[in-house]
Amino acid sequence: MMKQEVNTGMKIKTFGRHGKEGFKNLGRNGWMTFASISAVTVTLLLVGVCLALLLNLNAFGDQLESDVEISAFIDLTAKQDQQDELKSRIENISEVESVTYQSKEEGLDNLIENLGDDGEVFESLKDENPLSDAFLVKTKDPQDVTAVAEEIKQLENVQDVEFAEDTVNRLFKVLEIARNVGLALVVGLLFTAMFLISNTIKLTIVARSHEIEIMKLVGATNWFIRWPFLVEGILIGIFGSIIPIGILIYGYYYLIDLIANRFPTLFIDLLPVTPFVYQLSGLLIVLGVIIGVWGSLTSMRKFLKV
Amino acid sequence: MIEMKDVWKTYSNGIKAINGIDIKINKGEFVYIVGPSGAGKSTFMRMMYREEKATSGTIIINGKELGKLKNKHVPKLRREIGVVFQDFKLLPRLTVYENVAFALEVIEESKANTRKRVMETLSLVNLKNKARFLPDELSGGEQQRVSIARAIVNNPHILLTDEPTGNLDPETAWGIMDLLDQINNRGTTVIMATHNKDIVNTFRKRVIAIDGGLVTRDEARGEYGYEN
Ligand SMILES: Nc1ncnc2c1ncn2[C@@H]1O[C@H](COP(=O)(O)OP(=O)(O)O)[C@@H](O)[C@H]1O
Ligand SMILES: [Mg+2]
Repeated sequence: MMKQEVNTGMKIKTFGRHGKEGFKNLGRNGWMTFASISAVTVTLLLVGVCLALLLNLNAFGDQLESDVEISAFIDLTAKQDQQDELKSRIENISEVESVTYQSKEEGLDNLIENLGDDGEVFESLKDENPLSDAFLVKTKDPQDVTAVAEEIKQLENVQDVEFAEDTVNRLFKVLEIARNVGLALVVGLLFTAMFLISNTIKLTIVARSHEIEIMKLVGATNWFIRWPFLVEGILIGIFGSIIPIGILIYGYYYLIDLIANRFPTLFIDLLPVTPFVYQLSGLLIVLGVIIGVWGSLTSMRKFLKV
Repeated sequence: MIEMKDVWKTYSNGIKAINGIDIKINKGEFVYIVGPSGAGKSTFMRMMYREEKATSGTIIINGKELGKLKNKHVPKLRREIGVVFQDFKLLPRLTVYENVAFALEVIEESKANTRKRVMETLSLVNLKNKARFLPDELSGGEQQRVSIARAIVNNPHILLTDEPTGNLDPETAWGIMDLLDQINNRGTTVIMATHNKDIVNTFRKRVIAIDGGLVTRDEARGEYGYEN
């Protein structure tokens, strides 16, 4: 008898064979393979762009959020002890992080400074300052800004409450919509890509059914039979990630360059190229491989019957 | 050794193909399985290499109880059993050599060993000089000999042949019988399901007759016993 042990580990020679067979499978249904790779390409391109956008928006949002302050203007009639009481009441709100006093003169200076050139108009107002003294309130979590502002408004001796309500809310809305639309598109595309891959591999399985039958008959292990199809899926995934990664790297460099050179005053801090783009590229390859493996497993489960 | 104890097989469509078979086949035997079409001969063979699972009863092959065999251990069982069909099942794009080597490659045999075994086996089936031919370029008898070579290249204990001469003319069929006899003489158990009355009656061996999924006759040097 020859050695009859069924080897479950993979020898280098076997690995080579699976790789070769996987490549051969790709060529077997050229057009379907092309369609599958294209689907993965489109999917990953969208995933890449969405992720780059979302991650940047998130970072930008965090930055904005940390700047969000509530200005609680104090009634002109409030006496010092009433002001002190108001301050301690605000401090007692559990979501509040800090409370600082700002006189109306400081308030106007800040406003003029923030507005830059446009602020000059307000210089003339210095004599008849329309602002009131105020408490500047920071919340622990930017999400609580609206609720805290509401609460402060109810307190005595508060003339008015202001905060960048619209900016904050709009940003959250945009982020949420972008996230949902992106997610829906990505999920739809993921399924399309997976479906195409599993159909491509189904065709390969059908084309090789005769061979598979003999392999089973003479005692090839199930994994020995499965591997070439798994390799086929993985290759489709990897090939599908090449173009998106290229576009992403080139595009991101270009964008950063554009902002730095053309719009240096634009107050947008993109995430730095390294390691961001490279992490994202790695993620795209991994995603491509996952889609490929998923497609081939789906196909094998239905059609390989091993 | 092959043993079946009270084996039943009902297909998922409700057809009762095997209805309580008890049988023992010793190592090195040559056995014909005869019976009319639809008697259950092929089902009987397929259960031995676990292509089909028995619905109830016990099948033991070389000490392995097939009912308890895990799926992942089926390949190991198949390496101990060679199977040959009426329609050869050769891969049309591979040469004779490649078709036989295929059986060893897919069980990860080393290249050197593969080459040695394939050449030995091709010379046993007398096809060494046609190693580079494609199946299309061979006669039916030659194709069947390639398929037998593929089945025995791994030196299995058991060779199952399901109507191996069914597609061949009588002359060629005798050649195949000589080959099977030679393989049997080297110690391999050979089981052959057949319709060929002349062969069974001339080339006398143990005959197990199956009808309606039951063993109706089991004779040490039996005859075909049916009028085709
Ligand atoms: N895969 C199958 N599914 C359902 N019924 C089958 C299957 N194979 C065979 N049969 C049925 O089982 C019975 C026995 O068939 P088979 O074992 O092929 O007999 P034989 O080889 O003696 O002609 C027949 O009635 C046949 O129709
Ligand atoms: Mg049959």
